[in-house]
Amino acid sequence: MAVLVVAEHDNASVKDATNKVVTAAKAMGGDVDVLVAGSNAGAAAAAAAKIEGVRKVLHADGATLAKQMAEPLEALIAPLMANYDAVLFPASTTGKNAAPRVAAKLDVMQVSGVIGVEGPDTFVRPIYAGNAIITVKDEQPKKVLVVQPTAFKAAGNGGAAVVETIAAPTGPFKSAFVSEEMAKSDRPELTAAKRIVSGGRALGSSEEFHKVLDPLADKLGAAVGASRAAVDAGYAPNDYQVGQTGKVVAPELYVAIGISGAIQHLAGMKDSKVIVAINKDEEAPIFQVADYGLVADYKAAVPELMDELTKAGL
Amino acid sequence: MKVLVPVKRVLDYNLKVRVKPDGSGVDLSNLKMSINPFCEIAVEEAVRMKEGGGGHAKDAAKEIVAVSIGPEQAQETLRNALAIGADRGILVKADGEVEPLAVAKILKAVIEAEKPDLVILGKQAIDDDNNATAQMLAALLGWPQATFASKIVLGAGKATVTREVDGGLQTLDVELPAIVSTDLRLNEPRYASLPNIMKAKKKPIDVKTPADFGVDTTPRLKTIKTAEPPKRAGGVKVKTTAELVGKLKEAGVI
Repeated sequence: MAVLVVAEHDNASVKDATNKVVTAAKAMGGDVDVLVAGSNAGAAAAAAAKIEGVRKVLHADGATLAKQMAEPLEALIAPLMANYDAVLFPASTTGKNAAPRVAAKLDVMQVSGVIGVEGPDTFVRPIYAGNAIITVKDEQPKKVLVVQPTAFKAAGNGGAAVVETIAAPTGPFKSAFVSEEMAKSDRPELTAAKRIVSGGRALGSSEEFHKVLDPLADKLGAAVGASRAAVDAGYAPNDYQVGQTGKVVAPELYVAIGISGAIQHLAGMKDSKVIVAINKDEEAPIFQVADYGLVADYKAAVPELMDELTKAGL
Repeated sequence: MKVLVPVKRVLDYNLKVRVKPDGSGVDLSNLKMSINPFCEIAVEEAVRMKEGGGGHAKDAAKEIVAVSIGPEQAQETLRNALAIGADRGILVKADGEVEPLAVAKILKAVIEAEKPDLVILGKQAIDDDNNATAQMLAALLGWPQATFASKIVLGAGKATVTREVDGGLQTLDVELPAIVSTDLRLNEPRYASLPNIMKAKKKPIDVKTPADFGVDTTPRLKTIKTAEPPKRAGGVKVKTTAELVGKLKEAGVI
């Protein structure tokens, strides 16, 4: 069996999610190749070649692939599938956007949000915001999987695969990139962070959100996340949203401040190793999943916590 | 412009699903079903294109057709869309689970008959959490797609769509006809008023079956087991922040 992994990258380097999806691919058995589709992405292709367990890297480079949009990715990947039994995409917005297009082109149903690989054709995935876990058998001739990277350990970087250049699609395509507005942050990326400090509606305003969470996040070397309520209220950018329809995270430490813990939020963070909840409502559902709960007003508790962390040497 | 909006009947988002003790599936009996929240946002956007609002010119959309694929009761979901402001409905009656690939094939046939200029879908259904139908439909039709939309600006022969992507926002131009899928922040759907709910009862709903479109809805993926998610070990409540920091040190996470 030959498996293709579509790399998550920024042209200069590959993201940790790629290493994690390679682990999922290896669990299916067979040969694992990685596709780096981008523009001036030579450095990313070289980085992908170092991932342990990779047979070869396919590098497609061209202007049409600069933003990894769905139409050119479909045009590139669907024909490649003549040589592969399965293709795995990371569950990023790029992967979720392109994978179903490839699947439909191949006339197969994709398996979305894979959190477990039990063999070459048996996969585990959550449904209903993670409130049920199903095991599915995919006996289709070609398999298209969207893999939740947080569910897999990252493959190491000790490999030395060959890089093979392949042609980028030329188009024309019916969609065109206009512009982008990316949030600038020096903090770790949410989906890859080891620690996350997350805030909810209780913080009351954007100023308060940043005033309370930013210093705590900096002290812990953490990324900042938010509940949907906080994002909808405009306290935090959309990109911060953790949950069923936002990002799925699984850090070592998740600190939920002023978050009630709706089903949809829990879906995005309940696989964190240690969950801390600070909330003044002792009935809040977040306490049912928290390892350590503190019933307190965040206004007093967070500054105290900062002092205690300083005392503890952080 | 004609807009087509597919809508799905799902378990109400406030309810927690129960896994059947024998692991054969989830138990939806006697639970409240509603229109999928992302589909509601899609209908609202189409209605704003008709009424004027949300940055759209009045009459930007001339007709809105809502389509639902599901059991007889999906008719209620269509009535819901009609009460928000869709003009007519098409119910494709199918029992049991219909996967996104089959839904996309049925929608493709409906689109070839209806010839809409724009199709707006929700980005995902909150039951199967697939996030696939819009993209599959775009691929089958050979149309462009703009998924996870938080803003749609209609232009001459195109739509400029702002998408919610990892890291921020991305804006695309898609040639019409196109497929757009909605994210949560596209709009806030209205509550249907009682007069509009009454009016919706008089709007026409055409009833079809997948066989009418020659689509086989047999699932491609076999669910062999449904389980409860692993339960987290019971946590403890701490009294002070000092105790909390002590516990986190013990756990080795700070």
